[in-house]
Amino acid sequence: MAQQEYQKYYVPESSPWPIVGAVALFLIAVGAANFTVEMTKGKEGFGGWILFAGIAMLIFMVTGWFRNQIHESMSGLYSDQLGRSYRQGMAWFIFSEIMFFAAFFGALFYARTIAIPWLGGASNNAMTNEVLWPGFEAVWPLLQTPGGIESTQMGWFGLPLINTLLLLTSSVTCHYAHVGLEQNKRKQLSVMLALTIFLGCIFLGLQAYEYIHAYDIGLTLDSGVYGNTFYLLTGFHGLHVTLGTVILIVLYFRVQKGHFTPDNHFAFQAGSWYWHFVDVVWVMLFFLVYIL
Amino acid sequence: MSSATETLKHDAHDDHHHGPAKGIKRWLLTTNHKDIGTLYLWFSFIMFLTGGAMAMVIRAELFQPGLQIVDPQFFNQMTTVHGLIMVFGAVMPAFTGLANWLIPMMIGAPDMALPRMNNWSFWILPFAFLILLSSLFVEGGGPAFGWTFYAPLSTTYSGDSTALFVFSVHIMGISSIMGAINVIVTIWNMRAPGMTWMKMPMFVWTWLITAFLLIAVMPVLAGVVTMVLTDKYFGTSFFNAAGGGDPVMFQHIFWFFGHPEVYIMILPAFGIISHIIPTFARKPLFGYASMVYATASIALLSFIVWAHHMFTTGMPVAAEMFFMFATMLISVPTGVKVFNWVATMWRGAMTFEIPMLFAIAFVILFTIGGLSGLMLAITPVDFQYHDTYFVVAHFHYVLVTGAVFSIMAAAYYWLPKWTGVMFDITLAKWHFWASLISVNVLFFPMHFVGLAGMPRRIPDYALQFADFNKWISIGGFAFGLSQLIFLALLIKACRKQGEPVSDQVWDGAEGLEWEIPSPAPYHTFDTPPVVK
Repeated sequence: MAQQEYQKYYVPESSPWPIVGAVALFLIAVGAANFTVEMTKGKEGFGGWILFAGIAMLIFMVTGWFRNQIHESMSGLYSDQLGRSYRQGMAWFIFSEIMFFAAFFGALFYARTIAIPWLGGASNNAMTNEVLWPGFEAVWPLLQTPGGIESTQMGWFGLPLINTLLLLTSSVTCHYAHVGLEQNKRKQLSVMLALTIFLGCIFLGLQAYEYIHAYDIGLTLDSGVYGNTFYLLTGFHGLHVTLGTVILIVLYFRVQKGHFTPDNHFAFQAGSWYWHFVDVVWVMLFFLVYIL
Repeated sequence: MSSATETLKHDAHDDHHHGPAKGIKRWLLTTNHKDIGTLYLWFSFIMFLTGGAMAMVIRAELFQPGLQIVDPQFFNQMTTVHGLIMVFGAVMPAFTGLANWLIPMMIGAPDMALPRMNNWSFWILPFAFLILLSSLFVEGGGPAFGWTFYAPLSTTYSGDSTALFVFSVHIMGISSIMGAINVIVTIWNMRAPGMTWMKMPMFVWTWLITAFLLIAVMPVLAGVVTMVLTDKYFGTSFFNAAGGGDPVMFQHIFWFFGHPEVYIMILPAFGIISHIIPTFARKPLFGYASMVYATASIALLSFIVWAHHMFTTGMPVAAEMFFMFATMLISVPTGVKVFNWVATMWRGAMTFEIPMLFAIAFVILFTIGGLSGLMLAITPVDFQYHDTYFVVAHFHYVLVTGAVFSIMAAAYYWLPKWTGVMFDITLAKWHFWASLISVNVLFFPMHFVGLAGMPRRIPDYALQFADFNKWISIGGFAFGLSQLIFLALLIKACRKQGEPVSDQVWDGAEGLEWEIPSPAPYHTFDTPPVVK
């Protein structure tokens, strides 16, 4: 706090983007809700179009909002204090994301260690098994549900292992891109960042392939709680990798335009934090969903 | 594109000393913490009246035994949407509005740390509630599964408005998380030089901890509504035993969010009361440090008590015992707070202005709600009380005479600072006494009918509960009408009808917000003050 002179904290006088974003989220929510009902109940409607319009508007909003911020940052309006606000904001945002995944990991733990053993008669639930689900055997992964749906286990060897190595490598390249930025080695920055994006894209491609494979061998979204946790955890992780890849691509183009200096690169730092975060989630996933 | 560059020029025009923009644009495009605070507060009051109107429907139906006014399905929609609106639309936005108005002024910051995101987190809220309210009009009716949306009520047995419900809750969650990130970063990063952690005003402390709770648990709510959505529409079976899931798992995940949520709605209230009582007792807050530690303890304990909402689900006895004792432990830091408030008043030079009346009512009535909570924490006793009106009495004492009274106390306490004029004291007295009496007629007899076994969320009841229910309904209508006095008072105050007030407003008030002019200028603390 020992600043010699107080650098003014930049507060924009007003901004059109939040209200645009509010309308966009409104359209997304209404569209997604209607689309969900229409898709699953086979009804006719405009849900999909409203959702699409909302997403387009959100992209427009994010572009405009960030464009403003990039200009402000490049014209030197931002103080160190503002940089700290952004960094702390990003850190707390990532914490909220961790808690979002925690809900699904929690569901996985609960199903594995409590719900399924109880359905199998553990603890004081002998009658549950005997009367309600006779013949149900509590095993994990749950390849035959109490209701009798059968599915297949996804092994960890092969694609998931390759994907783990890809993402871990990409975390390393992302780190060296950051080191390159901090030491003003722009070439290293560009190459390493491009490599990170490349690895991320391959990961996503393999993940899509893995989903097709899973559906082929009979593990689907509705094949009981094993498939549920598998698809929701890997699915939300995949969405986050997609978002992370988009962020990195934007950063790449900004790097090519000469943005970021060794001591002023909040956007880059935020993007790389995000990338490390999706990596850590994947490692958790790999152990808890695939191996154990 | 041209509009984008224009706004850029406008944004880059970094001049803080002109006033607000004119007309509707001021409110739509604003980045000013005071404007956004005002928006939050008015929005929450409108939601309070909306949710209140639904409560009136509930009380009208329950005025007499038998079914007379609404059909049971609609009654269920009313209890559900009343709860959702009051929790996410009234109480939480009111506290966020107070945080917006007060935190920058209390810590000597020029604005919130992330002003544009601040606007976004407000403006998505009206849209979220537009979606929720519109779901009442879709085919098959709105959500009717209670604000806790237990599976399988919300999955197997719900209508197609469930999808709208799920996405509106997502937006409410996004709004809360962004608001909380803004608060936490503002407090962490924007304090005036010299304002060390242990010099922070209590309202700032309690909100810092509340913001942490929000960021920790709102994503869990997002997760659980997502599972409801996929269970209902996409064939997953998280909450369905046939697929290896468990409906009780819903309750675990929901209450892992839900219990910290309870403290999200009361910790800022503790902060408010810790400002008002010292002012009107003309003594510094007794035990400031212990208040800070008590708040933090309550927040940490809130993560390990969730299953006390679920004692009757058939958990193993060891779990019931753990959650019972963990819950009872919370009464220790809460007791520290109540004793500190009382000790602050002890031998103080007390005067009883309107905010103080609400604050004292808070201390007494919140304590009643706390004690009934302690009763509910006892597992074997809870077997008897679960899902009765005793529970309804308990949480309305902590939420209405607790959270809502603290919000009203805060409004009366800081309103003169915001508007520059003293509010209409006669109306305020009417509002206070009418609210105080009616709220007790409304909620106190609920303890009795609850103990006697009247179940909650049912539109009909056995004849022996008729007399009490009549009085409860009368109290309810009176409490509802009393709030219209508050509305009239607020409109008068916002139109600046009243005596101008001094900068300090109340003569025992201390803190940075009382050192700036009344009404507070549009921009305050462009350069931070130095706190000694």
